[in-house]
Amino acid sequence: MIKRLPITLMIVAPIALLFGSLFVGRFYVVPIDVARILLGQIFPLTHDWSPSVETIVLQIRLPRALMAMCVGAGLSISGAAYQGMFRNPLVSTDILGVTAASACGAAAALLLALNGVELQIVAFVFGLAGVALTYFLARISNTTPVLMLVLSGIVVAAFFSALLGGVKYIADPDSKLPAITYWLLGSLNGVSLNSLAMALPPIVLGCAGLLLVRWKLNVLTMGDEEAQSLGVRTEFFKGMVILCTTMIAAAAVSVCGIIGWVGLVIPHVARMIVGPDHRVLLPATLSIGATYLLVVDDIARTATAGEIPLGVLTAVIGAPFFAYLLRKTRGIWA
Amino acid sequence: MGLAQPVIQIRDATFRYGKREIFSGLDLDVFAGEVLTILGPNGCGKSTLLRCIGGVLALDQGTVRLKGRDIASFEANARARKIGFLFQQHTPAFPFAVLDVVSMGRAPHLGLFGAPSSKDIALAEQALERLGLFHLKDQPYTELSGGERQLVLIARTLVQEAEIILLDEPTSHLDFKNQVLSLRTIGALAEQGITMIMTTHDPNHASLFPGKVVLMNQAGRIETGSASEVLTSGALAATYGIEIAVYTMPRRDGLTDLILCNPW
Repeated sequence: MIKRLPITLMIVAPIALLFGSLFVGRFYVVPIDVARILLGQIFPLTHDWSPSVETIVLQIRLPRALMAMCVGAGLSISGAAYQGMFRNPLVSTDILGVTAASACGAAAALLLALNGVELQIVAFVFGLAGVALTYFLARISNTTPVLMLVLSGIVVAAFFSALLGGVKYIADPDSKLPAITYWLLGSLNGVSLNSLAMALPPIVLGCAGLLLVRWKLNVLTMGDEEAQSLGVRTEFFKGMVILCTTMIAAAAVSVCGIIGWVGLVIPHVARMIVGPDHRVLLPATLSIGATYLLVVDDIARTATAGEIPLGVLTAVIGAPFFAYLLRKTRGIWA
Repeated sequence: MGLAQPVIQIRDATFRYGKREIFSGLDLDVFAGEVLTILGPNGCGKSTLLRCIGGVLALDQGTVRLKGRDIASFEANARARKIGFLFQQHTPAFPFAVLDVVSMGRAPHLGLFGAPSSKDIALAEQALERLGLFHLKDQPYTELSGGERQLVLIARTLVQEAEIILLDEPTSHLDFKNQVLSLRTIGALAEQGITMIMTTHDPNHASLFPGKVVLMNQAGRIETGSASEVLTSGALAATYGIEIAVYTMPRRDGLTDLILCNPW
């Protein structure tokens, strides 16, 4: 049984931290001003704060914080759905090659000096195309066995990684190469209302799709044959999970680069709190993932004078935590 | 009452893996409340036959009819409301509570994106109660013994409201006591009118229940009939390649006979 306190926390914490994220930063904004700026968007208040403060809060911090929450929530729910579908707690969002393909597309866009919107589109399309390649490579007479999916994913990821290497090799080492390298480290720096508006629909749609099939995921964890014997159309649901997850991951990578470990670690944290039932687990990963990435991004942008790449931070936090989980469970999961 | 209609009617059934014929020209009627026992050595195609009866695998030739209707014409959902399947056991990756595992049996009764309601959960609890497993309902399925898991999966087929339960080697990996418990449950459900079809390695299981026996061997030869007709030392020797003595012994209740097969 799930206790009430964690559930309340899972609802309150993301909202409270979102608010908190709006006043921390290199330029401190008093909490009451943040509240008034936000309320001023809805209610007619006297605008007695400086316009530059309003710009910082509404144009820079709010989109960035919301983006962090969407990406964190999206990657976490995707990881949880994949771990269920692949019946393996070591699986994460990038297992079918979406990250490698999206990254390759983004690097190519940087090489061709495309603008931000174009980069986001190219990276997103590459991500979808990469997973489509994996999916059809794995298909054997109208079924997609899990093992074939995993192996095909390795092949496709390796292929796009090689392409990425090629792109880096021909990139100008003085300007383009650093840009590509920095971009690949992952960052939410430069998220605008525009990029948020572009990334939001696929992420929200993907999350909604996964929430819709969350009980069927329970049945899928019993294996394809058993699920089929219970009348579940396994190929339909596998396809749907892959589609939703890919939309989320491709949108995430296309807007903020490679953010590793979130999709692997957060589902484990959620499972420790609410148990393995996907009906509860998936909503929990949304909240925990959103909160986690929001906090880590706050650290990334405030801890030092510069900006720490977000992907570096999530890996630095995620890897030791996963090591701790490994030792604690001795490899016997969940 | 006239002649009862068979629940499962198999006519001229043939199945091939590539060029290898697993069985051919098989005719068989299974009636409600019977336990059909499928015997044979490893690799002879017991599981294949079971999957063909369940409509999971398609025959190359012939038909399997479920209450007169071709099994191939059923939608997966409709089929799962009639037929419950117990595959050989595996350990799931996640420790679902027993009640969650059992309520998965409601899947064929729910819509595309549906999840069990409190009514479905109540049905799952009833099924657990019926098999004396209610005390396990909140335990992690992964921490149960093999025997308990077997019974939990049987409870799940009851939640499916299956009229036919197919069991693939329900006694393998179980200790002696749990084999007995499992077999008793199978017999009890058959008495309640559910048709049970199981594969097994132990010919001694064949005469435990009223129902027919199918003896398969590697060469695609199949014998069907009652236990006393099929289980002869000649047929067993031809099937397993070892000499086996067959004894007939009265059951403890004195009403029927047991056919005991012993190689010593």
